[in-house]
Parts: sequence; C-alpha cells; structure tokens
Amino acid sequence: MQTSLPEAFTATGEGRRAEAILRSCVHCGFCNATCPTYQLLGDELDGPRGRIYLIKDMLEQERVDPVAVQHLDRCLTCRSCETTCPSGVAYGELVEIGRNYQEARQPRGLIERLQRRWLLSVVPYPRVFARWAALGRLAGPFLPRRLRKQLPARPVRRPPPEEVANPVRIVLLLDGCAQRLSTPEVNDSLVELLAALGIRTLRVPEAGCCGALALHLGAASQARTAMASVLDSLSAHLEEVDAVISTASGCGVTLKDYGRLLADERESAAQAAAFADKVMDVGELLASLDARWRRALPVERIAVHVPCTLQHGQRRGDLPAKLLEQAGYSLVPVADGHLCCGSAGSYAVLQPELAERLGENKVAALTNGEPELIVTANVGCQVHLGALTKVPVRHWIELLAPEPG
Amino acid sequence: MSEPRQQPGTGQPDLEERGAARTRKRALKRLQSLLPEHCLLTRPAALKPYETDGLTAIRERPWVVALPETEAMLAGVIQICREEGIAVVPRGAGTGLSGGARPLADGVLLGLSKLDRILEIDLSNRAARVQPGVRNLAISEAVAEHGLYYAPDPSSQIACSIGGNVAENSGGVHCLKYGLTVHNILGLTVLTFAGDRLEIGGPGNDPECLDLLALYCGSEGLLGVVTEVWVRLLPVPPERRVLLGAFPAVAGAADAVAAIIRSGLVPAGLEMMDRLAVQAAEAFVHAGYPSDAEAVLLCELDGVAEEVAADARLVERVFRDFGASAVQTAETTEEQARLWLGRKAAFPAVGRLAPDYYCMDGTIPRARLAEVLARVSVLSERYGLAVANVFHAGDGNLHPLILYDANRPGELEQAEAFGAEILDLCVAVGGTVTGEHGVGVEKLGPMCGQFSEAELNQFFRLKAAFDPRGLLNPGKAIPTLTRCAEVGGMHVHGGRLPFPNLERF
Repeated sequence: MQTSLPEAFTATGEGRRAEAILRSCVHCGFCNATCPTYQLLGDELDGPRGRIYLIKDMLEQERVDPVAVQHLDRCLTCRSCETTCPSGVAYGELVEIGRNYQEARQPRGLIERLQRRWLLSVVPYPRVFARWAALGRLAGPFLPRRLRKQLPARPVRRPPPEEVANPVRIVLLLDGCAQRLSTPEVNDSLVELLAALGIRTLRVPEAGCCGALALHLGAASQARTAMASVLDSLSAHLEEVDAVISTASGCGVTLKDYGRLLADERESAAQAAAFADKVMDVGELLASLDARWRRALPVERIAVHVPCTLQHGQRRGDLPAKLLEQAGYSLVPVADGHLCCGSAGSYAVLQPELAERLGENKVAALTNGEPELIVTANVGCQVHLGALTKVPVRHWIELLAPEPG
Repeated sequence: MSEPRQQPGTGQPDLEERGAARTRKRALKRLQSLLPEHCLLTRPAALKPYETDGLTAIRERPWVVALPETEAMLAGVIQICREEGIAVVPRGAGTGLSGGARPLADGVLLGLSKLDRILEIDLSNRAARVQPGVRNLAISEAVAEHGLYYAPDPSSQIACSIGGNVAENSGGVHCLKYGLTVHNILGLTVLTFAGDRLEIGGPGNDPECLDLLALYCGSEGLLGVVTEVWVRLLPVPPERRVLLGAFPAVAGAADAVAAIIRSGLVPAGLEMMDRLAVQAAEAFVHAGYPSDAEAVLLCELDGVAEEVAADARLVERVFRDFGASAVQTAETTEEQARLWLGRKAAFPAVGRLAPDYYCMDGTIPRARLAEVLARVSVLSERYGLAVANVFHAGDGNLHPLILYDANRPGELEQAEAFGAEILDLCVAVGGTVTGEHGVGVEKLGPMCGQFSEAELNQFFRLKAAFDPRGLLNPGKAIPTLTRCAEVGGMHVHGGRLPFPNLERF
C-alpha cells in the first residue's frame, strides 16, 4: 500500500518498521475472514485490514482519533490474521507500534486510565495479586458468579520431587506472574513429569512477569522494565541450562520475541537475543524428547483448545494434539479452532462483552463433541474458559505421563 | 464536502450546494433515527478505511457508511436515500479488484457485511438460502457435513461475500467445469432503488419468462441490492486428483492448455502460474512448487475413480508431449489443498515481491495464450515493470499482475498505461476487457473500446428501467459516451473515430 508517513517518524526505528509493514499490505482483505472480532461485528474497522488503515491514517495525520483508539482496543492481538495473510504482514508488530503511539499521547479518560493502571500494578506482581485474590475470595458471595470462578483459589502447592541426579538435561522453568497463583499445579506437575524422564528443572522465583501484559496495553516503558528484570534475574543461570521453558504460551510468545523487542537496547540486546534463542514452549521440549506417552488421567474423550499465542504466535499449534493422540486420548473435532476464546491477556477485563461472546462461542465449539475434559496451553485461556463451562479445563501437559522404560 | 457530482445520464437535477447541504442534514437525521449508533459511521476517521476496496489505487471517502443488521434496516436506508435523492454504493466484503465498491463523497456507502447469516439449508433441493454478506467459503464449510459444496471459488473465496459474487458474476478456479456464479445460483431477493422487493427464482424449478437472474448476475450493484441468495449445492465428487506440470518454457505450458481443451477433456480446474508467481506462492505455503520452472500448470480432475484415472493419464501425456520436465500428482486431500492454497493466495502473496501490484483481468481465445503471454513479456521489458502471471488458463482468463511501487512518483501511472496496453491486446486478439473482476471504475475506459455507442445506450436504458434516477452505484460499469469520446483517441477502429457525433474536449 502507498504510504506517506512524516519524515520525522520514518527517521526512527519504529517509524521505519511501521512503514515497511504498511508497505507489505496489499489490502486484499483475506485477514478479515479469520478475524474473531470482524466475524462478530461485521465492520471493516473491527478487522485487521481496517485497523491497519486506521493506524496508517493516524501515523500520517499525526493525530490520535478516538475511533482509532476504540477499534485498536477491540483487537485481541490473537494474530490469526498473520496466519491467513499471504503477503506476510507483521500485523502484531504494527498494532504494538500503533498502541504505543496512542498511549504516548494520553487518549483516555480517568476511569479507563485507572482501570489500566490497576491491571498493570496488580496482575504482574504475584504478591500483590495474591492479596487482591484473598480479598476477592472474602467478597466472594457478593461478586458475579463468573468473576468468582476466575479468582485464583487458595494455592495448594505440591512438594517438589527429589532433585534429579545426573540429569540428561537441565531446563529453566518460568513460573510467570498470574500463572503461579491461578494454576500452580501445572508447573508442579511438569517438574514431576520431567524428573521421571531424567530432566532437572530449575526454577527462579525472582523472575517475574515477562512484560506481555504491559506490551499489550501499550505501556512500552513498563514492558521494557519487566523484560530487563527477567533477563537480570535469569542471567546467572542461562549458561547452565539447555532451554528456558514456559507452560503459558502467552508468555512464551513474548519471551521468544525478546530479541526483537530489546533490539534497540544497547546494553542488553545481545543478551536478550541469546536468551530468546533458548526459549521453548513446553510442547516443543516434550516433542523433542525420545519418550513414549501414556494417559495420566482416566479420561478418553478430550477437546483441545489451542491458544492463539501457540498457533498464530509461535506457529506450533500442532503439538498438543500430536502428543495427546500418541498418549492414547481420543480428540473430538472442534470447529473454528483458529478463533480466539476471548481471554487474550487483559482483554477479558477491558472488553468483557466481546470476550464473553467469543468465550461462549468457543465453549459451544469445544463441547459440541461432548468431551469429558477440555485442555489448553495457556493460563489465560484456561481460567477464562473454566468460568464459562461445567466441563473441567486443564493444561494439556497434566494429561501426559511417560511410558516407563 | 466535495461538490455533488452530476452523474451524466441520471437525470438528476443539479442541486444548489446549499440545498444539497440541507438535504444531507435531513437525510442524516433520518438515517440516525433508523439505524443504531454502531450501524452508522459518520466520523471522518471511521470513514477513512472505507475509502477503497481491493483496488487501493482508486479511493474516495464516503459521506457516511451504513451497516444495516436486518433487511428492514436495509430497505429503510434505500427508502431514505431514494426520497432524499442521495446516491448509494453497495459493498460486500470489499475485496473487489475493479473499484466496484469505490464510494462517492456525497453518497452513502451501504455495507452488507453484517448481513452474514445462512438462513436455510434445503437438502432435498440441494440448495441454501443465505444473506448477501455470507462469505463464499463459509457456505461450503457449513454444508460439508452433508457431503455438499458451493462450486464457484474465486481466489478470494475465504473473504469475498456471496452478494459481491452475484454483483461481479464471479468465477474462480473451478468455473471451467462448473460455471460462474450465474450457473450456480437458483434465486435472488432484490431490493430495487424504485422501492420494489423482487423475488426471482428459488430452490425449486421455477420457469421464468424473463431471465432476470442472469440479468442481475454481474450487474455490479447497478440494478438493485441483493438481500437473499439461493445457491445451488453440489455433491463433493467421489474422487479428486491434482496434477502439477513443471514447464521449462511458458509457451510449452500455454500450448499444453490448448491441447487439453482440444482433446475434449473438461478438467475441474486448469491454472497457470509463471516463475514469479510460483516464487511468491511458495514463500507463503511451502507446497513444494518447483522453483526452477518457467511455468507451472495445475490441473484438477474429479469424478468417479476410473474416469479420473483415465483423465489423469491423458493429462500427464499431454504435459510431457509439450515439454513438461516433471509431473507430480497430489492424491491426498491435504496435498491438494496445499497446492490450491498457494494458487489462490498467489495474488496477495505477490505482495512479498513488490509493495504494490496492479491486477489485470482480461480474456483471450485459448489458442492465442502463448502469443499473448510473449507479447506481455515484451511490454514488461519496455515499461521496466515486472509481471507475475497467475491465471485461469483453461478458460483463457488472464491475470497479469504488474508489480510497482506506489511511493515512487509516476510508477502507478506507468503501471496503468501498461495495463491498458494489455487489455487492448486482449481485445485485438478477440477477447474481452474483463473476465471476472468486473468493470467497476477501473475498466470504464477499456469498455469504450469494446462496445459501440448503440450498445452502451442500451445498457443505460436497462439501468434506467430499474433505477430511473440513477442513484444506485452511479458512474460504475458503463462508461458515459462523453468519457468514451475523451478516451476514444486510443481506440481508432478501421480508421473511424469512435462516437463521431460527440463534441471533443
């Protein structure tokens, strides 16, 4: 597409990237077809092609219109459009640039600002989040049912297994932020699973949020601080581990992107790139092992929800189904697997109406084949879907056990 | 707000600017009371992304965008615009490549994308009743569980809407055997600008005196707004096979196409991609297209197993006779889907090779394929602009994609001049200026070369029969005689000046 961005903007690194991405879009509209919000709303402005146009117009006119803010806010950043796009438009990156541009110009009213500040000052910090969660549990009876179901339960931690002697591999497992409160059992059971395979797991509790939340909200500097802090707390361990593992694909997709995200940081760019190279989704680690799998839970029929961050972000959406089938589960067919469930980081909080419609559609698709269990690969999806259906929702690795021998 | 343009031939009185502003103010009020807030866009920033469709070189910001959610709202918008004398441009998914949904600065852009429900699947008649905003591919997906599909499959089928398909009479990869949209729809419900609701045809046998269905197919939104479509559903054939032939020369591939058609075989699809197009498609789908071939032919055969096997032998022999260096067969559904995905995504995938492309659409007699492609390649060198060819070879429907960079001053104009020469060439060898993308605004000039004054006048009379005031998608599809007189210099046939009775400007 033709562009005429101001020279002052294209002189910056961000400006050059924005121009290159805009130029690669040919406006064919294929992306609208697989965009969850376009499917619900049927408005060009709520599809990727229209948002690209809004961003282009905003950057060219150097003016942040409330229309552009509203429709960029409605984007899930699920990146389904990137999977569909034949021209290879890096939409996610462009939206990030667009959001940073908007937030830097303060487009919001007091209530929205407070809401966002609350999210950014609570969710990424497990200790703070835990206090709010406890408060929420106390207030439980007065909260709407769905919100109540999303609150982290009082954590029940399993004692870690004995340290693996003579490990075949050592991996660093990131506990993230919200995940360690909401679904701590996932990483605990992974440690046991890996121990049974002779893999030692290192955990570094000081390593906090990966920065994904701030990144989504266009809080560029807070995202950088979070990323720098993760790198800082892990740098002493990077040499000794073979891989850095995340069981939350939403964090994984950001961690893998550290190289690009911190490319402009003179001091940490190289370190960030080296770190990103070691990051693997848990599925990639398990698939790379020479292991045979069996069922860890006594269920047969399961439905798989592949998080967008795994299928569109990391392009490894095939992994859960592959390993679960090897383990002997029967996977029920799920229509429209490419669509987002509506969780999408802070989206469920900031856009509750759309998130709920997407969630209900997703639950209908997942339960159509009457599964006994739904599995997914990201904490956000797990909690969001769990509040919308009676069918239990688990992380898929909890269903795997290695075949002995 | 720009001057209200006067549409020649529409009979609309030239309103004073102040009167027009008053009218628009009143019309806006009425639209606001008819439509909920999210169905009527009026802020300039919200209108901007609607200024263009799939042909971004042609843009104009609409006065307002109306996105009705029900047929009643749609009828209301048309009624208000008729009574207030405001032009309406209908728009489907906005994937068109000829500017057919290019808005008007003083008109309503009527988006049908919210009308996207499949209303009824009638298995006993093998038909489905759908709203105009339903995506082409969504129909096949919805009926797949019954072993059925909707045959016309334009390359944009993932995104384009059935309403737009009717407007453009879209074809696609499989139209060689299964026909265009006109051959695959059974009925239409149409709102005319005169205020009538026409129900034409239907799922059963419905003999018509006047074939209005055929008239509406390809009428580019000039005669009415489609609110419902009955589509014909076909059973998925028991066997499908896709053969890929890699050719060291474009001419060999072109001659192979003519030979296959001459043999009497009607493949389900017969498509050609040249080296550049293959390169772009491969970068997107990684289907294993041969990267060293100058041209690739994709041939799909379908039917019962024995028939498909025999046809496949014939096609392979022809491929080899005309110099194919390799012939691959895709038998699994996944392999076939991957090959077709690459072909169907080839247009936008070309966006990987250059920032902009200008997609041409013309038809020629199949026997002249090799010759025309050679001449296009000569033109490409003369203009210094690369061309990727990806097209429906089986029915002689060319789609040269001219690669250019819109940010370089003058390059768009060069690309347009190049494109015009290609279309002249199509007409000169006995073809037409549009195969399936429609005329829109893009092909108005070339239409002058193809049709005579008497023919164009007849088109206008037909338009007036359904829309006497000329307010529905005015200025599209049919060039005015004045326009033809202006561009006419380029098309001097047999030494005679076209439209000699018109004043020159």
